[in-house]
Amino acid sequence: MIEIHNIHKTFNGVKVLDGIDGVFESGKMNMLLGASGTGKSVLLKCIVGLVKPDLGSITYDGRIFANNKLDIKQEIRRKIGMLFQGSALFDSMTVSENVEFPLRMLTDMSREERLARVEFCLQRVGLEKAGNKMPSELSGGMKKRVGIARAIAPHCTYLFCDEPNSGLDPLTAITIDELIKEITLEYDITTIVVTHDMNSVLEYGDNVMFLYKGKKLWEGHSSTIMDTRVKELNDFIFSNRLMRDAKKVEQIEEEERQEEENEKNNL
Amino acid sequence: MKTFGAFLLFLSNLVKRGESPRILFNRTIDEAIIIGIDSIFIVAVVSTFIGAVTCVQISYNLTNALIPRSTIGFMVREMTILELAPTITSIVLAGKVGSSIAGGLGTMRITEQVDALEVMGINSTSYLVTPKILAALLVFPMLVIVSMFLSILGGYLAGSLSGALSGQEYITGLRTDFIPYNITFALIKSVVFAFLISSISSYQGYFTQGGALEVGRASTKAVTNSVIAVLIADFLCAQILL
Ligand SMILES: Nc1ncnc2c1ncn2[C@@H]1O[C@H](COP(=O)(O)OP(=O)(O)OP(=O)(O)O)[C@@H](O)[C@H]1O
Ligand SMILES: [Mg+2]
Repeated sequence: MIEIHNIHKTFNGVKVLDGIDGVFESGKMNMLLGASGTGKSVLLKCIVGLVKPDLGSITYDGRIFANNKLDIKQEIRRKIGMLFQGSALFDSMTVSENVEFPLRMLTDMSREERLARVEFCLQRVGLEKAGNKMPSELSGGMKKRVGIARAIAPHCTYLFCDEPNSGLDPLTAITIDELIKEITLEYDITTIVVTHDMNSVLEYGDNVMFLYKGKKLWEGHSSTIMDTRVKELNDFIFSNRLMRDAKKVEQIEEEERQEEENEKNNL
Repeated sequence: MKTFGAFLLFLSNLVKRGESPRILFNRTIDEAIIIGIDSIFIVAVVSTFIGAVTCVQISYNLTNALIPRSTIGFMVREMTILELAPTITSIVLAGKVGSSIAGGLGTMRITEQVDALEVMGINSTSYLVTPKILAALLVFPMLVIVSMFLSILGGYLAGSLSGALSGQEYITGLRTDFIPYNITFALIKSVVFAFLISSISSYQGYFTQGGALEVGRASTKAVTNSVIAVLIADFLCAQILL
């Protein structure tokens, strides 16, 4: 479980995070939702300590993380798997070496065990054939998937994914969401996923936080997100036609039902 | 001054809690091979020509019939060992190795590869930078020795091909009043230069902020600053050690 409290961050006088609180429980898909530029990536980087928050506290299973000694930070970080928004693959290494890297550095697995694990992880993201390629030879979506394979290769306790399925076709996107969900449940991982994909939010979000201009405007289970009265979230969800149409149909149905009821009552 | 403080802080990070010695050793060897292979060709070309040009120019200036022609060999040796081989090689390497270190680290920084290391709980300075500096300390003296040898060979070839002096005279000159300490001095200089170039370039690359444009800028700055540092250190070494 990760708890954050009152996180503030300002870049060059511009407030990016403005007092964010949150509890991310293990075994759940915690999702950060929000428009581009609202500070989702910055919040994630604050949580892993790549960006130093101006104010606020962060604890991992009760252990203080932010502003703690480097040794303790590094110890906690060795249990973190992270997918960066830009994948951040090591471009001097092949795909397999990238996935093997955290195993080599952080575990005492034998070479055979490591290779088996690499193959397993690559297979899970559907890239078993790309092991010998260099990152520069991959498409954006493939890089993302290698990034996920690298993040989940060591059995992590905390998993952070910055837009795991952006740039992927709908089918692959679902596979990736499914994979993240599965390992979250299987190993009781504390998972935080940053996304703007409403499909994955509706399908997988156990605990969704909606960020808007550096503030948390809404939080709850994805099943209740459609009923929200928060205007900004409403605008966000129903920004695309399909969703708007869905909402319209819902409204019409609702009106019809009410009319029927009225008629009944009149009779 | 503030930059200098930040630079010292950066250096102190290098020796903090790093990875296991085995990983450090492997990484250093990898880096050493890269530096060596990358620069041996240019060092060889530059050294040979410097030796040749030095020989030709000295013989052009040496018109007094009372001075034996073998003096040319002597002077080429002194100049290359004391100054040309270590300093020119280092300046060439500042361009070649310095820009590649700064460019490589800068790219890793802006594409979040450095962050990825940090998130894994790996000390990115000791993993990325320390091996580069150790490799430079290891390889630069070797390259300087190669450079000395090739410069003197270049002088020999130029001398005998242009007919300025016979090979025999040149070798006689080479053997006159040889001071072994000069070689030690040159090697000490090359180690100092290696440290300056690799650490300054790493510093520039490691703290790159922004995008591809800034990576280019960091490379340029790495080369300029390294060259200036090398020249100042060259002067100081001569003052202190000679
Ligand atoms: N290192 C930085 N220096 C200055 N400003 C920054 C820095 N990092 C982020 N910002 C600013 O913080 C704001 C939030 O950025 P962030 O990357 O968190 O957005 P995001 O919500 O992840 O958006 P997206 O969905 O497009 O990835 C942006 O306005 C950005 O300009
Ligand atoms: Mg982002």
